[in-house]
Amino acid sequence: MASFKPTKIHVYPKLGEKVTQDTLYWKNYKAPIQIKQFGAVSNVAFSPVAPYNFAVTAFTRIHIYGPFSQEPIKSFTRFKDTAYSGRFRSDGQLLVAGCEDSVVRLFDVGGKTALRMFKGHTKAVHLTDFTSDRYQIVTGSDDYSCRLWDIPNATELNTYREHTDYIRCGVTSKLNRDLFITGSYDHTVKLFDVRTDKSVMTMDHEQPVESLLLYPSEGLLVSAGGRFVKVWDLLKQGQPLVSLRNHHKTVTCLCLSKNGERLLSASLDRHVKVYNTTNYKVVHNFDYPASILSLALAPYDESIVVGMTNSVLSIKHKKSPSESKDSTSQQRRRPSYRMFVKGKNYIPKQDDFLVGKQVKEHLAKHDKQLKKFNVSKALDTALESWTRRRKPEVTVAVIKELNRRGTLKNALAGRDEQELSRILNFLIGNLVDARFTLVLVTPAEMILDIYRSIIGQSPVIDRQLLRLHELLERELDYQRELLEVLGMLDTLFASSLPRNAVECSGISGLVLRFVEREQCSETEIYQ
Amino acid sequence: MVEHADIRVVHRGGSKINFRAPVISDDSRLLLCASGECVKVYSTSTEECVHHLRAHTDVVTGVVLRPSNHLQVYSCSMDGTIRLWDFTDAILIKTYVIGQPIYSIYASAQHNGVLFITIPMLNDKTSEMFHLVAVHLQQSTEQLVEARELSVVISHVSSNPAAIAFGRAGEYLASTKGLQLEVFFLKKQKSNRFSLKEENKKGRKNTFSCVTCHPTDDCIATGHEDGQIRLWRNFSHKKEYTYSTLHWHHTTVGSLCFTPEGTNLLSGGVESVLVQWRYNQDTQRDFLPRLGAAITHVTVSPDGTLFTTTHSDNKITIIRSGAKVSAVIQGLVKGESIETDLLIDPRSKALVMNGKPGHLQFYSLQRDKLMYNLDIVQQEYIYQSDLQQFEVVKAAFNSSGNWLATVEREQKDAELELNLKLWAFDDQTQSFVLNTTISAPHENRITALCFSPATDSQTTTVLVSSSKDGHFKAWQLAAHTEDEGPCWSCDFVGAYHGLVPSCCCFSADGSLLAVSFQEVVTVWSSASWELLTTLSQPPGDIRDLCFGQLSCSKYLLGTSTSNLLLCWNLLTCSLEWSTSMDISLLLADPLSENMAAFCSQSGYTHLFVFKPSEPRPIFSQKAVCSGKVMRAVFAPREEMLESCEESSQWLNRCQLYFLSQHMDLMTFTTKAEEDKLMDSSKQLVIDDTVAMTPFHLLLGKRRKEREEPQPAVSSPSAQRSSSSIRELLQTPAHVLPSTSYLCSMFVRSLLISVTDNREENNEAEGEMDSEKEEEDSEEEMDTRDTRPEQVSAESVSPALTKAQLRELRRLKKQDHSWLQGLLDP
Repeated sequence: MASFKPTKIHVYPKLGEKVTQDTLYWKNYKAPIQIKQFGAVSNVAFSPVAPYNFAVTAFTRIHIYGPFSQEPIKSFTRFKDTAYSGRFRSDGQLLVAGCEDSVVRLFDVGGKTALRMFKGHTKAVHLTDFTSDRYQIVTGSDDYSCRLWDIPNATELNTYREHTDYIRCGVTSKLNRDLFITGSYDHTVKLFDVRTDKSVMTMDHEQPVESLLLYPSEGLLVSAGGRFVKVWDLLKQGQPLVSLRNHHKTVTCLCLSKNGERLLSASLDRHVKVYNTTNYKVVHNFDYPASILSLALAPYDESIVVGMTNSVLSIKHKKSPSESKDSTSQQRRRPSYRMFVKGKNYIPKQDDFLVGKQVKEHLAKHDKQLKKFNVSKALDTALESWTRRRKPEVTVAVIKELNRRGTLKNALAGRDEQELSRILNFLIGNLVDARFTLVLVTPAEMILDIYRSIIGQSPVIDRQLLRLHELLERELDYQRELLEVLGMLDTLFASSLPRNAVECSGISGLVLRFVEREQCSETEIYQ
Repeated sequence: MVEHADIRVVHRGGSKINFRAPVISDDSRLLLCASGECVKVYSTSTEECVHHLRAHTDVVTGVVLRPSNHLQVYSCSMDGTIRLWDFTDAILIKTYVIGQPIYSIYASAQHNGVLFITIPMLNDKTSEMFHLVAVHLQQSTEQLVEARELSVVISHVSSNPAAIAFGRAGEYLASTKGLQLEVFFLKKQKSNRFSLKEENKKGRKNTFSCVTCHPTDDCIATGHEDGQIRLWRNFSHKKEYTYSTLHWHHTTVGSLCFTPEGTNLLSGGVESVLVQWRYNQDTQRDFLPRLGAAITHVTVSPDGTLFTTTHSDNKITIIRSGAKVSAVIQGLVKGESIETDLLIDPRSKALVMNGKPGHLQFYSLQRDKLMYNLDIVQQEYIYQSDLQQFEVVKAAFNSSGNWLATVEREQKDAELELNLKLWAFDDQTQSFVLNTTISAPHENRITALCFSPATDSQTTTVLVSSSKDGHFKAWQLAAHTEDEGPCWSCDFVGAYHGLVPSCCCFSADGSLLAVSFQEVVTVWSSASWELLTTLSQPPGDIRDLCFGQLSCSKYLLGTSTSNLLLCWNLLTCSLEWSTSMDISLLLADPLSENMAAFCSQSGYTHLFVFKPSEPRPIFSQKAVCSGKVMRAVFAPREEMLESCEESSQWLNRCQLYFLSQHMDLMTFTTKAEEDKLMDSSKQLVIDDTVAMTPFHLLLGKRRKEREEPQPAVSSPSAQRSSSSIRELLQTPAHVLPSTSYLCSMFVRSLLISVTDNREENNEAEGEMDSEKEEEDSEEEMDTRDTRPEQVSAESVSPALTKAQLRELRRLKKQDHSWLQGLLDP
């Protein structure tokens, strides 16, 4: 006697992203805290010393937030116009910021008024940064020049006028006090050495450069501009290494994760992409509600701070280890070890007569009903709300099995309003799912056949049938459009490929068949 | 073309065992069933075939135990003879010649020397009218007896053996035909007929399907085509008869049977559920569901401990009372059609084909036994007559047997559901494990499936499937993904001008793939999937394609619908030769250059074996069988045959099996092979007290050798030590020295006896033999004690060395003699 073979649940290829180590790491953040700012957030910078406060530059203000506070600890409001590029010095004591009014201001983090004002630029200053010896400041401006200032004297040390367009970004070397790099809208990235009056290296990004980033080793430089992110090898005379094109709008900001293993890029297309820095593949992706202008990661990836054009600052904190463990430990609660070994570790003696215990086979609820040939009940159990929502493939598998047994019609027939609406709900939810369509079209047609006579008796059912109808119409439109696209592609391929290539008419055939079938069921609804 | 007398076409294996109901011997140890032209005797405990009772020259149609001697059995056959056998030793005792084909046989304990058989009313094989006749068997000492004393009992009976049954104490006979039940009282020589209406109101069929009688009560149970069972009582009166109805089956009741005490009624049908009804308690019934296939016969052993159900898939299930399946005797399953070709599993050398619905069967040709069924579809089988089931339609092994590809298909109205499954061989479980399922690999039926031959173990194998949708696809084992093992995915989709591909074939080294698109043969490079060349030929679609093997691998052979056999040379890309022949099947021997072509002509099939490089066939045989041969396979032999005759050399490495139109599995044998088979069958001497098992075959011989010298060997030591021990034990304890003193002496005495035992024995044996007679009675007890231990020791470790065995034997001897002394002082 063979045992009952349970219904085979088809394993569909998983949709959506695969769960990788990276996904787990980057998903391990709490829900974002959103703070409204006065204008678009143009820059976010973390203080390099504990407690890792961060400066947020938005409109005419710079706010400094603590790691967990939602209210600013400190605000710098003495700007005449829009402020830009508020950055901390490496000891976290001083903060420098450019401004639309071409004046560069230096603040003490503890004070309120500017310590120094550097005047010399003629247009808005978008780039300000400290050199690694902490005594000088590099600035870049829309007047095409970048300048080096001495902090104690507030005097201009040097001016470089090599760029031919706005300078919008730049970095200073953390290892060498004499080096800094600027990126400009003239598509070039230039490396300057303070000891000479000229740039020592020029790299052509081919797009207006929006952001620059140096690796901790400072051998590699990352530049972002247009839709491209490019990596350059500085030790090989600025040879391009990789060009990444994963965004579909301008990339505005770059940043590295804690140990330089991952590179993050933010773009106006509202996405933040995470790259693996060994193979430069995208390993994760964040979505934000608006175009992103600035992005910063706290040391040790404790939080991700993103500033957007809709003047919202979004802060995501990492889950503490206890929190992340809690959620999983609840699911893992299982019977104790003792429960499993109960009676199993008994070693029978020589004279013992062993009586085998029959292993009870466990069947799913719907299988139990199928085993007893209770077709309607099997369908009922498969349509229970949990199964229906969480595991639609189980419901679909049961419907398929009933259809194979030729009893689907019996199972669907003789239902009252409530039960029928449940089935229709499921159909509406899953009929256009490409994985289930082939199976679910049959019960949909059967329901129309069986219940044709009662159309008009129940407003609930009528509404659902109308919804089904709309759904099918929309789907038909989609398919038609797809077919058009496919036709275009076919002509493109046919003209571009050499003679003995194989035309793939498989997909279009499938779609056509689908369309035909949908039309059939549609006409039935009209009847 | 010479007819070669030394090569013969023979039936080999795979015969039906479900043709008639089996018979169980009185002690429930053996089961006899009619199987083709012989009667097979199986052991009910080990499922092993113990004997073949071979003598009939046509299909055996019935087996029945001889009521007066429970070790003898009658069998009847279409060849018009009844034969009496001693089935425990497979000896033919007597043959009764009737002279007319016999369709069924019955015997009754109350009618000594009389057998009842059904034969056609007119002496004509095509006649549809049958009658039941009684045969009086004369007592005679001759082997061959002409039985002429026939007396007609009932005329117009059904030829189905289930339609006639003997009633209580053989007083009456119940026979059913169509809608009529006839009860014939043998003493009164009078019959009562009861008719049912053709259709009752619900439009169900009342036709009788089977009948059986209660062993102790006047009650007849009949099964009907609508699934009802009627229990008839009081049928001795023409008018006042009554019947009650039992209903559970939803279609025809296939078989009915009462248990010997009459307490239970067993029934079975298409549902493949054995239903056990309590007699006189109609509401109570027990079920034994999911027996595998439709039940055709139910039988009960004479002592009531065993039930057997015979199934439509050539299977006999033995069920112990208590509704537990204890054994399954499974024959080769031949469904309505062999959709998958005949295949040979490269690992087990088993014949593989589709068997039960949704299963692939592995059948050992050497042992004529079904090894196992591989569940391909993995779906609950629903027993319903008009239901479309998933069928396994294609299967292929790769050359090492590591991978198995199967295609299953369900055709429902216009919809077609296809699944391509790939199975990996698992060394631990020694079976195939599902690796990848590809649903809807093609949009239409798959016409061919083949693996590329692996030239070395490193290269990955490629699977090619061609379909009626106009594409052929190459599937490849994809690299490991992160958490799962390797799985198969599509590597290439090929097409040629929208034509439909029909067959595909890889060259022997796997570098070329030939795909035939209707009239065109295309050759592709399997490394780059480039179309290398197309081969042309006279008009006509290609039916079969085959690459030459070994030294002939430069040839590609094909057959076309325009009745041509074509041979291309791939080096010149031109047609080398062609002949006009209507070839239904072309296949290549994987181990030699030979090709076999089955050629059908005017209703018969001829076989040609040839080498592509030589124009003359090596072997040809006309009229191999009637009808077309559509399936054949070369099965490699376990050991090469040493045949020097030129005509039979092609059979040295392989055996050619083929399926005739009537689904008979046949093969070619040479004379040398047959002689060898005869010799081996004579050597097989079977100990009739023990059921034949492979285990017994291994050990039986050795045990016998041992048993004979045993009494002689054990006697002297037993005698000597037992006397001394008896003395020791009979002495009162208080006069004995201390035990510590005695113990060392006692142990030492044992040691001495061991060392010189063997020499003594050999010398003593001669004289002991003569003296032994009087001690026999004592010795017998000894040996009886030793035997079970000896057996158990052997069974635990059969692979002991000789020295170890000797040691063991010695130890045993003294042990028992000593114990013997203790036991009976």
